[in-house]
Amino acid sequence: MSRKIKFLGGGLVIVAALAYLIYAGVSQSVVYFVTPTELGAAPVPGKAYRLGGMVLPGTLKWDPKSLDLRFTLSDGQTSVPVRHRGTPPDLFAESRGAVVEGTWSRDGYFQATTILAKHSEEYKAPHDPNQAGYKELLKTLKGSESKP
Amino acid sequence: MTPELGYAATVAALVLAIYGAGAAAWSARVGRTDLRASAERAAIGVWVLITACMLLLVYAFLTFDFSVRYVANNTNLGTPFYYRITALWGALEGSIILWAWMLSVYTLIMVTRYRRTQPQLYPWTLAVMLSISAFFLLVMTIPAPPFERLSPIPADGRGLNPLLEDSGMITHPVALYLGFTGFTVPFAFAMAALIVGRIGDEWITITRRWTIVAWYFLSLGLLIGGWWSYHVLGWGGYWAWDPVENAAFMPWLTATAFLHSVMIQERRRMLKLWNLTLIILTFSLTLFGTFLTRSGIIGSVHAFSQGSVGQFFLSFLALVVLGAFCLLAWRLDRLRAQGELDSILSRESAFLLNNLFLIAAAFTVFFGTVFPLLSEAVQGTKVSVGAPFFNLVNIPIFLALIFLMGVGPLIAWRRASAENLRRNFLKPVLIGIAGAAVCWALGIGNALVLLCLTLVVFVAATIALDFARAARARRRTGDGWIDATWGLALRQNRRYGGFVVHLGILVIALGVAGSQAWSTQTEATLNRGESLNLAGYTIRFDGLAAAEESNHFKVTGTFTVSDRKGPFTVLTPAKKFYPQEQTPIAAVDYRLGFLEDLYLVLGEFARDGSHATIKIQVNRMVSWLWIGGLLLTLGTALAIVPERRRVPALARAGERMPA
Repeated sequence: MSRKIKFLGGGLVIVAALAYLIYAGVSQSVVYFVTPTELGAAPVPGKAYRLGGMVLPGTLKWDPKSLDLRFTLSDGQTSVPVRHRGTPPDLFAESRGAVVEGTWSRDGYFQATTILAKHSEEYKAPHDPNQAGYKELLKTLKGSESKP
Repeated sequence: MTPELGYAATVAALVLAIYGAGAAAWSARVGRTDLRASAERAAIGVWVLITACMLLLVYAFLTFDFSVRYVANNTNLGTPFYYRITALWGALEGSIILWAWMLSVYTLIMVTRYRRTQPQLYPWTLAVMLSISAFFLLVMTIPAPPFERLSPIPADGRGLNPLLEDSGMITHPVALYLGFTGFTVPFAFAMAALIVGRIGDEWITITRRWTIVAWYFLSLGLLIGGWWSYHVLGWGGYWAWDPVENAAFMPWLTATAFLHSVMIQERRRMLKLWNLTLIILTFSLTLFGTFLTRSGIIGSVHAFSQGSVGQFFLSFLALVVLGAFCLLAWRLDRLRAQGELDSILSRESAFLLNNLFLIAAAFTVFFGTVFPLLSEAVQGTKVSVGAPFFNLVNIPIFLALIFLMGVGPLIAWRRASAENLRRNFLKPVLIGIAGAAVCWALGIGNALVLLCLTLVVFVAATIALDFARAARARRRTGDGWIDATWGLALRQNRRYGGFVVHLGILVIALGVAGSQAWSTQTEATLNRGESLNLAGYTIRFDGLAAAEESNHFKVTGTFTVSDRKGPFTVLTPAKKFYPQEQTPIAAVDYRLGFLEDLYLVLGEFARDGSHATIKIQVNRMVSWLWIGGLLLTLGTALAIVPERRRVPALARAGERMPA
């Protein structure tokens, strides 16, 4: 009988340790999904957020040298300034949806560690106007190759 | 014409599968062999019809039959020949065909192998397998019809998802699905054993081998998936704890637990109930994974189509879980253990702990994956836990599992004496500590990596010790070293196959630890001719070139890489612009190495080619993952070849541990 109790006790200790591990893991890595209005209402510095909104026209600035990326996300009511270091993802542009992950900085902006541009699930016609853009790109690049 | 034929074949196969399942079950009840033979013919018919479906779809792909929606969605006139074939499983509908087809193949193998040897269990097994086939055929008929017509017929298709135009996509889904479907066989046997009430031990041996095969394919699928993620997705990682990865990882964990605990049942007649639970859990998790990724209830980076498929899978999952556990409850009285645990210091308890940790890992992965749903349901807040959660919780669990990997195979059954412990573990522990000291002296300061290295060295030492001891024992009987080693590997192939698999896991563990701790990266914009230094490399940007490929437009950057000895390679990462995609696709370029990979991703660039932004990563020890995968393959192959000579269990134990 005492052997059984020993086994049960050992098992319980392990299960309790695992439960604590999960609890600690959740409280350390939980990310809150918020809108700019929700964030603007009560920003907590250091807390991890996932913030979704539209990139306001005229606010997107990217410096290729320092890779400093700044823009403002808005949900129509509240705007949140966002900063990030890195290359903007391919789909990322003004007037388009974007989701950023990061923390609220004490200096009054959102410091993003990750930017996820929003994929539209819609099907695009194969021959869209952008195709013309590629052709032009092809020309300029070919030109630059010939006279290095 | 093709779509109609395909649809007809699907429906016919569905009807046959339902008939076959019913006939097999009825034949088992009343013992009519003619009915059983009829069910077998139905199984063959199902296989023929699903094969026909698959060939028809391939034919539609090869002939660019855009009147089939699935073909139009997943290929276009520019898609290369071989990707038109692999496009078959490029999306949901085709994947289901592949799944159903593999299931029908497994069913046929099952029929030919066990018709005579397992006369009692086999008809029920057949019934269960045909029922599961029927479910997949139902999915092919209603929510995900691969032969749906598209009207009006477009001039050109939409094209395959460019990310899938990769050799990894040829093998990854096949391996993964072979793994997933493979777990159906043990499940079917478990159900048959419960129905018949013969929960004896012979079927568990059958399922063990099937589980190893399925487990192996699943492992391979996971590793190839990692490789695909690493060299295609361009983020420099191989595992992101994404829901779709977790979905495949959970059954792997429970299957691993089963492969270990089944040994206790074989040896000690214990854990029968537990083993059945693990089989049911593993099979259910393969269905749950499909539900999770296809229902769209949880966002994933992997774009999957959504629809009513999720509901079908959820309903079927509920049916399976409910049915299986009801059967289990019904037979509970026959599932009592015949042995019992004697001591905490015993192989049984090491294996129990191993199972506890594996299930805990599976549970944490499950919990983290569905956490957003739980939180929204309970608290109403939208939250998620990402990679940090999974890493934090799983690292201690996996370190504990590595430790047990060293203890389990060597510790004595029933009760380990102090003498047994000293004999088997004193040297490995000392070697492990010495290894850690050496690593520390070499400048490895990261505590977690150091701990992982210590454990890995310890486990490797236990394996080496065991092998050396057994080989020496054989040598005493007169064999040479090579004969002794070879003979040992073949005679006790199950044991030594297991050891080789363990070595593979150790190598993978080192790869994970090293890549997480020591990889480094930087990102910068370079003018043409400008260079950047990272980890001893100098990378110079030499310019951009553009080209039109068959189905996309490609901008390639040229970067000359030098190390201290001078220039040694040119890497050409590119961006591909597919007309049907909104986003360009990054095509990374890399140089793989034993200790480190150099990995370049092209970012933004000036249209005149004057400057470009480049992300450079030096990823350390990632290759060890692939090497570990190779060891896994070797070990599994060794473990599943039939044993040369049946040695009685006791004699075998004596050989291993000469007193």
